[in-house]
Amino acid sequence: MSDYDFSSERPKPSHFQQRQDELNIHDAWSSWNGYKFAEYFYDVEFEYFCVRNTCGTYDICPMQKYHITGADAEKMLDRMVTRDVTKIRTNRASYVVWCNDEGRLIDDGTIFKLGDDHFILNCGSPCSAWLDKSAFGFHDITIDDKTDDVAAMALQGPTSCAVLKSMGLENIESAKPFSINFFDFQNARLMVSRTGFTGDLGYELWIDHNLAIPLWDAVYKAGHDLGIHPYGDQATNMLRLEAGFIMPGYEFNEALKTVHFEHDQTPFELNLGWLVDFKKPHFNGRRALFDEKKRGPRYTLTKLDIEGNKPAEGSFLYSNKRCTEEIGYVTSGMWSPAAKANIALAMIETKYLEGEIWSEIYYEKELRQYSKVARCTIKHEPFWSPARTRATPAADF
Amino acid sequence: MTQYDTVIIGAGHNALVCANYLAQKKQKVLVLEASSAAGGLASSYEFHPGFRTSVAHTVSHFSRKIYRDLELQKHGLTAMANPLPCVALNRQGNHVVLDGDTVSGVTEKDRVSYANYSKLTERFANLLAPFWLKTVPAIGNNSLHELLSFAQLGVKMRMLGKDDMREFLRIVSLPTHDLMDEYFDHPLLKALLCWNGLIGSKQAPRSPNNSVMLMLYRMSEGMSGLHEIPNGGTSRLIDALCSSAKSQGIEIRTNSSVRRIVVDQQKEGLRATGVQVDNGELISAQNIVSSADPKTTFLTLLGAENLEIEFTNRIRRIRSEGLVAKLHLALNGLPQFTGLDQSDGQLLISPDMATIESAFDESKYGQCPTDPVMEIVIPSMRDPSLAPSGQHVLSAHVMYVPYKMKSQWDQTAIDTFIDKLINKIELYAPTIREQIVASELLTPIDLEQRFRTSGGHWHHGEFALDQLFMMRPTYGAAQYQTPLRGLYLCGAGSHPGGDITGVPGHNAAHEILS
Ligand SMILES: Cc1cc2nc3c(=O)[nH]c(=O)nc-3n(C[C@H](O)[C@H](O)[C@H](O)COP(=O)(O)OP(=O)(O)OC[C@H]3O[C@@H](n4cnc5c(N)ncnc54)[C@H](O)[C@@H]3O)c2cc1C
Repeated sequence: MSDYDFSSERPKPSHFQQRQDELNIHDAWSSWNGYKFAEYFYDVEFEYFCVRNTCGTYDICPMQKYHITGADAEKMLDRMVTRDVTKIRTNRASYVVWCNDEGRLIDDGTIFKLGDDHFILNCGSPCSAWLDKSAFGFHDITIDDKTDDVAAMALQGPTSCAVLKSMGLENIESAKPFSINFFDFQNARLMVSRTGFTGDLGYELWIDHNLAIPLWDAVYKAGHDLGIHPYGDQATNMLRLEAGFIMPGYEFNEALKTVHFEHDQTPFELNLGWLVDFKKPHFNGRRALFDEKKRGPRYTLTKLDIEGNKPAEGSFLYSNKRCTEEIGYVTSGMWSPAAKANIALAMIETKYLEGEIWSEIYYEKELRQYSKVARCTIKHEPFWSPARTRATPAADF
Repeated sequence: MTQYDTVIIGAGHNALVCANYLAQKKQKVLVLEASSAAGGLASSYEFHPGFRTSVAHTVSHFSRKIYRDLELQKHGLTAMANPLPCVALNRQGNHVVLDGDTVSGVTEKDRVSYANYSKLTERFANLLAPFWLKTVPAIGNNSLHELLSFAQLGVKMRMLGKDDMREFLRIVSLPTHDLMDEYFDHPLLKALLCWNGLIGSKQAPRSPNNSVMLMLYRMSEGMSGLHEIPNGGTSRLIDALCSSAKSQGIEIRTNSSVRRIVVDQQKEGLRATGVQVDNGELISAQNIVSSADPKTTFLTLLGAENLEIEFTNRIRRIRSEGLVAKLHLALNGLPQFTGLDQSDGQLLISPDMATIESAFDESKYGQCPTDPVMEIVIPSMRDPSLAPSGQHVLSAHVMYVPYKMKSQWDQTAIDTFIDKLINKIELYAPTIREQIVASELLTPIDLEQRFRTSGGHWHHGEFALDQLFMMRPTYGAAQYQTPLRGLYLCGAGSHPGGDITGVPGHNAAHEILS
């Protein structure tokens, strides 16, 4: 037997751990980038409804936060991601994806521009090795991984603006979507971006890790009468699916971690062609993406409304009801309380998008396995996209 | 303004070969060379008033096909000479000499072994020949045409017969040391046969896995691994290539250093459309071909921002620290080596394989070898114009001189090392010291600066399995084309590698024209 006791694999506490421990009554923890991370706190559906009806907080301490500074920072990022970074204005955030040389998606994330030579890249998986490679050949550039130094939480849902107002963040209601705003919090700088992963009105709050608990307490105090609750990973997965957002491990497999040839995806396959800007200067994967655009993607990520109420998770898709010709697979599926529909995201071979789509759904009832075949309808709009998400000034509700 | 079909960066011998082939197909070609003369590492220059030399002092397997195709004979390269005798020096004068097929100074047993050995290696070297004058297939490319070289290798292996095939597979990955021990007794013979396979690369006799392969690879162009000096000297080859270029209307501009490759953002992506010379002048062309080494070409002249990230990283990782230094001595007379009537040939100071290995070991830790090994040629014997009448030039490749020294390369380090080298030569040519008029040592760093080759590397990039064939210089650029449309490579950093062979230039021209 080896002496290895796995102790180094114990997840480290999040900066909000003290408070989250009190609230996580089931001790339902998993981990994200080495941080202890809640699957859920009390009940997935309850947490989901909090975000849709009042508001919730979500721990994004484990999200990777890279500060990229220097005169070459913009050029370096512009060559790395597919979107035109030079078009981002100061104190604005932008959703971006980046690809390997073959145009396959490595990850998605947000770039915050704090100044002409100061950017933050936030993303789900560590990518410092990729950033180092991307920065080679650029001279005036520094990359700082601030993940452990910053405490960050998402505050999402219709009452989120009201919570921040009652916390005393003056004028927060006039902050536009994707804007970045600064406030004083206990003599430190609190950064508030109007961003999030739920498709709803919401914000993300960023502060020095030493002020994590005071920030949490201030937010919860302000939110006490506004229905504030924490939500975990599982509720997030429901919320983002309704909004039509992609998630690694579901819709895409990070290219740098993919072993099998083309088991990863391109932005076009993921229906993110709008993020690929062929008019800007050279960027990584351009050649491959240009060819793909001309050829058309083999698969297209598609939103489906599926008949019945059985979630289509993991099901195969066919071009006919007899299921004789396979045309794709569901990547995420659930009954959507907000849309009151059986929704799914699916990878479907592009050439079959015009025809019928049938899903073979497997489900279980008290240990018995069943299957059914259900008709699918393509949806072009997000399943959930209320006007309040975009409205400025943000309302109180 | 002249409109060029092709602009070539650098006027090394490969660039000249490439230019000549392109001009044969009626292309308008401009060659831009940073230094004051064409020829790259094979160009001659004056290192002391009245004394000239070139870094590459012999020609190893210059392609006979190129010689014929470009009619170099008409341009003054009167027949390539026969291979130079290779002499493994002994202090007492009991040398071992390999001259053509015959080896002398060894026992009858070694002589018989050598006959068997050379038959075997010739057969095996022949196996690798299909790879020479051809573009290697890209990884993942299954086009029949491109895979033909591999098919040829397969067929040739089958034709060897079962026993030979097994033997080939056994020895191709052997350290040379083990192969020599199997065949021979005489330490000088073993050291001599190793030498020509190892020179220029980061390998020593005991290096595992591919030193025999490299040796066979270099033998595969029909020269049995031996070197030659054309009649009239190495510079004749460059002169002939230049003369042929001139007759075809190729423009060669010296003192024209290319500062950057100009790219144009087009709908399909970036395209190389020209170059900018150091004086600021912009020159445009359909094709830009670089004979500068891959690191210089991509990282300095093109810039990472114009390349893909993973590709850039592979270029950055190319191992290119040189391990050979050059010693040049201006002599007031012909040096006298004990027991040698004629100092014409490749003269080796490497008493046995262990000495070679120790020198290599020290270099790994950033030290100059305590007991240096080297190859000496007196080029002025073949080309009297290199020195004033009756005087001579001694040119030596000193193996295993590190690019990065544990202590700095400064003048004291250089002077100390020159002294050590002369002491060493003195053991074999006792009067050498009195004959010296001037000396010059070029460390890998000097070679890098003077000849603009990353690391001062003999092959523009390490010559080892991870950087050969479809990995040379790296996948994505191993077929002379690059990820940038309109930009090609044609120098030693491309397949099949360095030495004065002309083959990368030949193959690149073929790709550009196809
Ligand atoms: C110390 C040493 C000894 C050697 N001895 C031998 C030998 O005896 N026999 C043998 O066969 N081989 C020998 N070699 C190997 C051989 O010299 C090289 O492999 C060969 O010269 C490569 O030829 P090339 O044309 O590809 O490049 P090079 O000869 O390196 O020529 C490249 C040219 O490009 C020019 N250049 C680079 N950058 C620019 C720029 N930006 N603008 C304009 N011009 C530029 C350089 O100035 C140079 O002239 C030796 C190598 C070394 C280092």
